[in-house]
Amino acid sequence: MALQAIAFYLLATVTIGSGLAVVSVRNPVHSVLFLILTFFSAAGLFLLLGAEFLAMLLVVVYVGAVAVLFLFVVMMLDVDFGALKQGFARYAPVGAVVGGVLAIEMIIVATAVARGGAASGAREPMSALDGLSNTETIGRVLYTDYVYFFQAAGLVLLVAMIGAIVLTLRHKPGVRRQVIADQVARTAESGMRTVQIKPGEGMGE
Amino acid sequence: MTIGLSHYLAVAAILFTIGVFGIFVNRKNIIVILMSIELILLAVNINLVAFSAYLHDVVGQIFAMFVLTVAAAEAAVGLAILVTFFRNRGGIAVDDAAVMKG
Repeated sequence: MALQAIAFYLLATVTIGSGLAVVSVRNPVHSVLFLILTFFSAAGLFLLLGAEFLAMLLVVVYVGAVAVLFLFVVMMLDVDFGALKQGFARYAPVGAVVGGVLAIEMIIVATAVARGGAASGAREPMSALDGLSNTETIGRVLYTDYVYFFQAAGLVLLVAMIGAIVLTLRHKPGVRRQVIADQVARTAESGMRTVQIKPGEGMGE
Repeated sequence: MTIGLSHYLAVAAILFTIGVFGIFVNRKNIIVILMSIELILLAVNINLVAFSAYLHDVVGQIFAMFVLTVAAAEAAVGLAILVTFFRNRGGIAVDDAAVMKG
């Protein structure tokens, strides 16, 4: 139990510390790297809660895809990030006050809910139910009761993929592309022509 | 020393606040704003998973999965818009985004 507490406090500290670093470091590349660290330690918190499947999903989806996408975009765009950092000192005090109030309120409400509210009966995190692993439990619910939501999530991803491709695709003028329809439609008549060239002039085209 | 539900909820609340704070202080840098949104969604996920674990109901984890899906889609489309915006304007200052209408 003590080991679990140590692991929790370690992971929580790293999560919050690197989350703070995400929004406060100057270099966006470092910011993305701290975001990866945040997600990684949040995945550790999920593991502590017994949600192994979501922990692995977080590592695969976020660290493997989203954070790398961020890194790619940050490095691809040639932006003067020093200029974008202006106003940080001006807005930081107001933001800290608003954020502090928000955090204290939410923690008070969360503690009240956990101690005496709707979730007051909860004492122990869920372990594997009836010999089923966490992944199997999720699958049994996801593919039965929530199968339409699952399909809708797939549709959301499809639309996002098509949208991202359509938004970033561009045709440069002057680049010759292969048009297969033209190649197939080409016949001997259209592909060949005879020209009369006068001696000494060549074929000026 | 036992770790209860309120501990996880507190972590999620602080992370959510950091995300809001990040949007506040980095008003010009849209990349950091997008990352702050990711932090906020991560805080929501921690909340969902913590409640799911302590109330012994797996539905919370399924909702966390859907939130994850939407967050990934949002990041992809957001960054695609950002790339297009950068190509058109030559910069990513949020103030310039007012011309995007129409």
